[in-house]
Amino acid sequence: MVTGDHQTLALVLFSAFVAVTLGITTWVSRNRHGSAEEFYAGGRLFSPMENGFAIAGDYMSAASFLGISGLIALYGYDGMLYSVGFLVAWLVVLLLVAELVRNCGRFTLADVVAARMAERPVRIAAGTSSVAVSVLYLVAQMVGAGSLVALLLGGTGEAARTWTVIGVGALMVIYVSLGGMRATTWIQIVKAVLLMAGTIALTVLVLIRFHGDVNSLLSTAAERSGHGTAFLGPGLRYGGDWTARLDFISLGLALVLGTAGLPHILSRFYTVPTARAARRSVVWSIGLIGGFYLMTIVLGFGAAALIGSAEVRASNASGNTAVPLLALDLGGGAGSTGGTVLFAVVAAVAFATILAVVAGITLASSASVAHDLYASLRRPGRKGYGEVAVARVAAAVIGAVAIGLGLLASDLNVAFLVGLAFAVAASANLPVLLYSLFWRRFTTRGAVWSVYGGLVPAVLLVLLSPVVSGSPEALFPGLDLQVFPLQNPGLVSIPLGFLAGWLGTVTSPEPPDEARHAETEVRALTGAGAA
Amino acid sequence: MDQLDEQERAGARDDGPGGRGTELPRPRHDGAAQPLPGAAGIYLEVQRSPAFQEVRRRYRRFVFPATLAFLAWYLAYVVAATAAPGLMARPVAGAVNVAMVAGLGQFLTTFVLTWAYARHARLRRDRAALELRWDTQQMTRGAGQW
Repeated sequence: MVTGDHQTLALVLFSAFVAVTLGITTWVSRNRHGSAEEFYAGGRLFSPMENGFAIAGDYMSAASFLGISGLIALYGYDGMLYSVGFLVAWLVVLLLVAELVRNCGRFTLADVVAARMAERPVRIAAGTSSVAVSVLYLVAQMVGAGSLVALLLGGTGEAARTWTVIGVGALMVIYVSLGGMRATTWIQIVKAVLLMAGTIALTVLVLIRFHGDVNSLLSTAAERSGHGTAFLGPGLRYGGDWTARLDFISLGLALVLGTAGLPHILSRFYTVPTARAARRSVVWSIGLIGGFYLMTIVLGFGAAALIGSAEVRASNASGNTAVPLLALDLGGGAGSTGGTVLFAVVAAVAFATILAVVAGITLASSASVAHDLYASLRRPGRKGYGEVAVARVAAAVIGAVAIGLGLLASDLNVAFLVGLAFAVAASANLPVLLYSLFWRRFTTRGAVWSVYGGLVPAVLLVLLSPVVSGSPEALFPGLDLQVFPLQNPGLVSIPLGFLAGWLGTVTSPEPPDEARHAETEVRALTGAGAA
Repeated sequence: MDQLDEQERAGARDDGPGGRGTELPRPRHDGAAQPLPGAAGIYLEVQRSPAFQEVRRRYRRFVFPATLAFLAWYLAYVVAATAAPGLMARPVAGAVNVAMVAGLGQFLTTFVLTWAYARHARLRRDRAALELRWDTQQMTRGAGQW
């Protein structure tokens, strides 16, 4: 399916994106002040629309663009369940988190919790879990970048994959440590526009093929999938035994509750001036993300109808090439100019997507390292380095770690890593955040227990799951430590996180601090004294 | 939209000293721990005031039931898709079946709830919250906190 023309054009388009974004990075940092406000929050002066696009650009990963459409092309309806979970999660963010976090915090999740607790233990706990979530998510994106290149440019050799991972890592370190939040935001905005434009174009072309008749699109897809009408109902992928079904419920729970605990999403709310602006940026992003996932459904069924499930599977067993193949077909087939152009556009958009997401996560985790961990762990009295300088170095170190892990983990399933990052975020970050914002009696011990009480079980359960050992597809097939039957720990670890927070609070020797709770609550709902 | 954005930015700049900016001393974040007793008293006072109680009541009255409702609806959808595929596969019209309608229903309810929440916050909460913000900041400034 891949010819030299595709590769060249895709590389040209992608280089143009890199050049433009590097230009943006230099331009926005031309007279930056180097303050923490500037580095972590871009000066807090983005408009709701700009921030809405940036949030969408931060959230819609290549895994959604290629992965979900591919799943739909192969398994029909079951792929759609992902789209729904990824979107509904935003209601948690909009209703419970965005405005209050904007009002209470300055740069990170730990800011919100530390506002009413003993600062040091809480910052260390929340900082650790934020970094853990970010690194997991980052590795997923790096692994994805490597496989994407192998997939789209035909360079299946190890060398091409390795250099892509290194290249993506190096670029993101440059963006983040030179340009901070301002550059990262603009890269995400550009990427969101490109991704939406590409998706809209393909969706319109699919609908034109079927003369706007969705019914005939669906029935053709069912027919050519080889599954008949079963293709349009749930059960083809997750309908096996009860373990598989429970696993899916666990994943669904992690998806819907995890988004509100992702550090790189939370840090985006600090880039707008007020809570009202934070709310309006979430409304923008829900519109964009919802529209995007609706279109991926059309693309998935379109790929099944126009290419056929068998052919998609023949090209890539997990369906990741469904959209590129569809683009080739919609443009007029292999060898035609239209096909070449559309294919190259899809490939370039997918790369841009990975770069933008990776930059956002790197920035958020460097903020957690410098603002939470470094500030709490360094010895008091000693003269330390400036926080922003530490953050720049942290971005480079995290980049290097992510490159290393990305190369080591290149055989891991990307969707699994993303699901795991969401599960850890939902178990460790969401309970402490919600308790701090809504529970009057919450104490420091409760906060620390709820972070570790979600983080430790989530990680342990994964180590004891069939993903790591005890099954033929496991990371260490020779070993057998498997005790826990599910691949995704969310179903158990999320309730444990909430339970640990409650337990820590009711067993606390010290009473909750009424005055600081009053301050948090008043600030959260009115914006008084907001940064 | 652009005009509103401008207002938003201008609003932020008009906060004046203390509202924004890093150069002012900020006891909490500089690790110097406890706020002054005066400021703490002010936050307790504001928290107990009827105006604040009303803002909080309006917020919680909307948000808690809405969250319960959409989480229940989402979990019902996920459980139905995994536990009752037969029900979900029933045809509704043409190639469209119950599952398809339920999935698109999730998208629709998400959009509707987003709209309803934004409208509720804009009409029922924003103005009162802003007034409380000014009052609180005036009081804390008077107490020498900033």
